[in-house]
Amino acid sequence: MNRSLFSAFLAGLIFGVGLLLSGMANPEKVLAFLDLFGAWDPSLGLVMAGAICVGMPAFYLTGKRGKSLFGGELKLPERRDIDRRLVLGSLTFGIGWGLAGFCPGPGIVATGAGEFRALVFAAAMVAGMGIFRVIESRRATSDG
Amino acid sequence: MTIDWSAFTPLSALAGGALIGLASALLLSLNGRIAGISGIVGGLFARTAGETGWRLAFILGLLAAPALWALFTALPPIRIEAGYPVLIAAGLLVGVGTRYGAGCTSGHGVCGLSRLSPRSLVATLAFMGGGFATVYVVRHLLGV
Repeated sequence: MNRSLFSAFLAGLIFGVGLLLSGMANPEKVLAFLDLFGAWDPSLGLVMAGAICVGMPAFYLTGKRGKSLFGGELKLPERRDIDRRLVLGSLTFGIGWGLAGFCPGPGIVATGAGEFRALVFAAAMVAGMGIFRVIESRRATSDG
Repeated sequence: MTIDWSAFTPLSALAGGALIGLASALLLSLNGRIAGISGIVGGLFARTAGETGWRLAFILGLLAAPALWALFTALPPIRIEAGYPVLIAAGLLVGVGTRYGAGCTSGHGVCGLSRLSPRSLVATLAFMGGGFATVYVVRHLLGV
């Protein structure tokens, strides 16, 4: 196994353990954060704060370095504009998130934990991504 | 707003969040890629040369995390209350929405905010808003 595959696997593994430890692989706990007007559990906010505290210096230092430690190029999003797609897409995601309490990472980790309902969610999510792909490639052809 | 102090788990939330930040820092500094789960999964559809292996390795890491966890201690609770029709609808909305919005909780919420990206801030506010509103409607207006 080459080192970039191993590091990606390791990153996924640590990410998954972080989701389990923080309780975010549990939709019940995520929904308790999203339920601002019920008995509110602020934990998810601290998960994001903890992640950003570690992520921010890493992103700053790597960005300054300009390439990865393996010597490869950095693929960072360069867009700065805020458009309707960004806002409406994110709102749509938020509605789905609020319905089941799953976002993509926890859906996959809970599938790994053997939860059949999580697998159903994850399969529908991948199908949704496929639908996006089909719509976008049709649009590109008709614009072409 | 009332905080549910019995459900609030600040320490494990911060520690789990720090692991998520560490995983994002690893993937960025070693592989030069953003740890955005929806982008990693959705990007598989593009079948770009050299961009498939690391994506699959990361997803495999996420799926393997519960098995690694279970080697040491019992898995934390994962309670999924949503029924199958809701899970499928939620999955489709999350899949389509994250692709149009170009990111999810990890890509925008953790990596994007760590990079101080204005697009990610707007996206995060939009999906949080969508999630808060949905749970409000479902739990407090419809009373499900």
